[in-house]
Amino acid sequence: MVRDTNRHFKFDWITIFLFFLLVGFGWLNILSASHTGVTLDYFDLSQPFGKQLIFIFLTFGLIILLLAIDAKFYERFSSLIYIISMLSLVGLFIFGKNVNGATSWYAIGGMTLQPSEFAKTATALAVAKYISDLNTNIKNFSDQIKTFAIIITPAFLVLLQNDTGSTIVYGAFFFVLYREGLPKYYLTLAVSVILLSILSLKFGAIITSIISIIVVISYHFLNKRKLRLYQLTLILIAALAVSFGVKFFYQSILQPHQQDRISLWLRLEKDPVKLQKMKQTFAYNLNESEKAISSGGLSGKGFMEGTRTTGKFVPEQHTDYIFSTVGEEWGFIGSSFVVIVFVLLLLRILHLAELQKSQFSRVYGYGVAAIVFIHFLINIGMVMGLIPTIGIPLPLFSYGGSGLWAFTILIFIFIKLDSNKINEW
Amino acid sequence: MRQFLLFISIILVGVLFISRLFYLQVYSSNSDSLYDDNAIRKVWDYPKRGFVYDRNGELLVSNQPSYDVMVIPREVEPLDTLEFCNLLKIDKEKFITTYNKARRYSPRLSSVFVSHLSKSDYAVLQEKMRKFKGFYIQKRSLRHYETTIGANVLGDIGEVNNAIINRDDYYKMGDLIGKQGIEASYEETLRGVKGLKFIQKDRFNRDIGPYKDGEFDITPEQGKDIKITIDADLQAYGELLMQNKRGGVIAIEPSSGEILAMVAAPTYDPNILVGRNRSKNFTKLYNDSIAKPLFNRSLQGVYEPGSPFKLMNALIALQEGVVTPDETVTCYAGYKYGNRFMKCHCHSGTRNDMISGIQRSCNAYFATTYRKILDKNGNASAGIDTWSNHAKSFGLGEFLNNDLYVGQKGRIPDRAYYKHIYPNTFYSTYTISNAIGQGEVATTPIQLANMAAAIANRGHYFTPHIIKSIENETLPEQFTKPKITTIDKQNFEPVIKGMLQVYKQGTAASLQVKDIDICGKTGTVENFVKIDSVRTQLTDHSIFLAFAPKDNPKIAIAVFVENGYWGSRFAGRIASLMIEKHIKKEITRKDLEEWLLKHSLENEYAKPYSGESFRINGQTSLQIVDDQEYNRLKTELNKINKTAN
Repeated sequence: MVRDTNRHFKFDWITIFLFFLLVGFGWLNILSASHTGVTLDYFDLSQPFGKQLIFIFLTFGLIILLLAIDAKFYERFSSLIYIISMLSLVGLFIFGKNVNGATSWYAIGGMTLQPSEFAKTATALAVAKYISDLNTNIKNFSDQIKTFAIIITPAFLVLLQNDTGSTIVYGAFFFVLYREGLPKYYLTLAVSVILLSILSLKFGAIITSIISIIVVISYHFLNKRKLRLYQLTLILIAALAVSFGVKFFYQSILQPHQQDRISLWLRLEKDPVKLQKMKQTFAYNLNESEKAISSGGLSGKGFMEGTRTTGKFVPEQHTDYIFSTVGEEWGFIGSSFVVIVFVLLLLRILHLAELQKSQFSRVYGYGVAAIVFIHFLINIGMVMGLIPTIGIPLPLFSYGGSGLWAFTILIFIFIKLDSNKINEW
Repeated sequence: MRQFLLFISIILVGVLFISRLFYLQVYSSNSDSLYDDNAIRKVWDYPKRGFVYDRNGELLVSNQPSYDVMVIPREVEPLDTLEFCNLLKIDKEKFITTYNKARRYSPRLSSVFVSHLSKSDYAVLQEKMRKFKGFYIQKRSLRHYETTIGANVLGDIGEVNNAIINRDDYYKMGDLIGKQGIEASYEETLRGVKGLKFIQKDRFNRDIGPYKDGEFDITPEQGKDIKITIDADLQAYGELLMQNKRGGVIAIEPSSGEILAMVAAPTYDPNILVGRNRSKNFTKLYNDSIAKPLFNRSLQGVYEPGSPFKLMNALIALQEGVVTPDETVTCYAGYKYGNRFMKCHCHSGTRNDMISGIQRSCNAYFATTYRKILDKNGNASAGIDTWSNHAKSFGLGEFLNNDLYVGQKGRIPDRAYYKHIYPNTFYSTYTISNAIGQGEVATTPIQLANMAAAIANRGHYFTPHIIKSIENETLPEQFTKPKITTIDKQNFEPVIKGMLQVYKQGTAASLQVKDIDICGKTGTVENFVKIDSVRTQLTDHSIFLAFAPKDNPKIAIAVFVENGYWGSRFAGRIASLMIEKHIKKEITRKDLEEWLLKHSLENEYAKPYSGESFRINGQTSLQIVDDQEYNRLKTELNKINKTAN
């Protein structure tokens, strides 16, 4: 009975604390990046910081609602939630509103809603539900195919809406499946394909092929478990196919702006005219963002004192490039702090996931950590010029109601599930 | 193992991000010094350039606003060049060349794109400026001349060239610098030190406001006002008298070395070198290789001094004790040396002592005297060095080292100078032309005026200078400490007496001014020019040197009028009028004034370029100006008289 009276204390307050730390600090940076006038009205609804403040307040209601709902509801209705979510993505093709080339929004009154943000949560629920089914064995090929289908459906739908960034996020589920027993060769395959692609784009298919032959043969001779000849041949053919195929993929399938981003990232472009052109378009954002971060120095220029932020030098600074504001105004100390808080939040969720008694909760928790991690990796990596430009928001930080709410739902469903683990016996 | 993949990935990415942050923000941080931060516009804050006043406090040069379009090439983004060019009233070709030039200078720093916009162009452009990233408008100050005189004195300012930028860090492309005259010689005093303003801008290149309320701005140091020694009225009068003539007039106050007037003719209106037409007009002036209006004849014109130099020889002879004032020389309408003959205007058989020798400008007297100086110790080589040193103590043959932007050494020869012509034997007759101020002797008008001042002071002079006072500064000792000549005081009196006689009875008798004892000396100098590589003689130069009054002198003056024929004809008249103007403030010798306004030497100057053979000196008649020109000059004269009162 003691357990019942203290029921609300079973929520993981560390996660909640880290959650609000990021949301609060994020808002300060949105304020800095988007305020314009001399006078400051925090609830100025014409400005992003004002709207975001409203979104944050509404989040409280959302959190109470999420925590009030019975934990079993999420597992029981995960399939329905998934189907509704997929329908909402399909509906975009008919009712969607095009913003910046992506048809990802529903316009309801003055508000816009981005269903792809919520689809991630729905997919995480569906994957958790499917894998935790007693009849599912992820080691079975047919179950693997069914699981992939659950993930690929929304990924493909958002890709059709020209939202490549969100598609890549679905890669996060690889971590989940691997944790749940996806055979090791998938990992080998994934890492090999990524490495081979980068190598062959950077150094050409021939050099990459030679390298892969050397690696495979030396693996064969150094390893105790010798490969059969047909396996060896198959691996080599696959490696060669990837090495040569990636060029085709790069040139014929990727859109020109995607090619440019990769080409800038791998420093493939030698033509000065084209480089100049890149510098005036997307590379401009990157360049300005790096310069803003770099200009922060050790301790930053101070809150609301960033000259580049005040001058709005980094486009989209309050959304995708919010981290450059942190870099400029809070310096190395402040930005490292944000990175550390994210790492702590991720590790905390991961830790909690591992503690779950129910497989559904564990898989879902893993999904939450993996999705937030991919956003974290891509967004901050992009803003600092470590990975090619891919437009996805920084969770809990970037301006945007849909994003904030979707992550709130994603994380608080898990907090609810976690709080319920005691009743799982 | 499987549960660690994501765990390790998260830790690795965290470490990677912090390393990257460390690299960006600590290791290679360009922690935006204000100067590199492209969110902060750095705008030079140009100080007010100092005003220039004449010796009586009359404002000569002030400032007027002007608007320049500046460019920072790195920040330029594709723009509607057609619209931009139309707004600026330039063509596309000009746009491209100017842009490339600015880019070559520096992609990061601002350069002037179009200078000196008119007020109305500025108003239209300002509205649309935000469309053109990388461009902005800078307000600047241009010179405004309150007068039309003194172009050669005041000089002008213009944009710095690359050579100056490379030499002096202070100047940035598009800055203005004094190019001639006092604008150049007092550049640092007048310009002040420019400050810097930091302005926060946004990425649309719009100014948001002063960065941190101007906390880091560097305040400019205002340029200092200066007062120059020129008397604007006297200068204007001198310039008027020299119209339609070529040459130079320099008037100095002997008691201080202050330059009262410095006329170079022909001259131009300083206002034409202001603003957008500056380079066009400058090129026009520069390319006029015949009249050479940019050539400051009073400072740069090196002429044989002619007869006024006889005064120098008289002084040296007295100092060396080779003659006494009363010793006479008989003139046989010239001087015979060896088998050669130097002509003289004296009637044959005239006996001249020093005073009448000066009064009549007797060549024979001075040829004799000159030889006596050189042959004093039986050694002409040592003699000419002694002679040369005496002359140099009057500031001849050397730069004056004053505060004028240009100057010439002139020439006072010594033995070393003649070494290559007469390596072995050297007799006084070889250089006999020096006796009458011709041959190898050469001076500028300012040197001659300074010589007059030294005679007026009976043995010392102050380096002629143009600065009267600078706000909160004292003048350098160089201008306040007298320079002593090698001639003793008592030796000046006979010479001065002779100079007074020049006016009383001699070559300038017709130029006397009532109530003023003027001491002067005429000069008439032969001159030659090469026409189609044939050495051709032109009408003589008219030269005059004077100071007044005899006791307690107020003004020393030298006048050179090219091809004016004889000394008292043009130069003497001008000198007398200038002296009267300075001392009496009004002109009683209206006849002289009238004569000078009416007569022009333009026909003389046209002769060498006519391509026809021509006559010179007495075989020619003077040109009279037409009525229109005469009326114009009269109007100017009235204007001067009006301001003087």
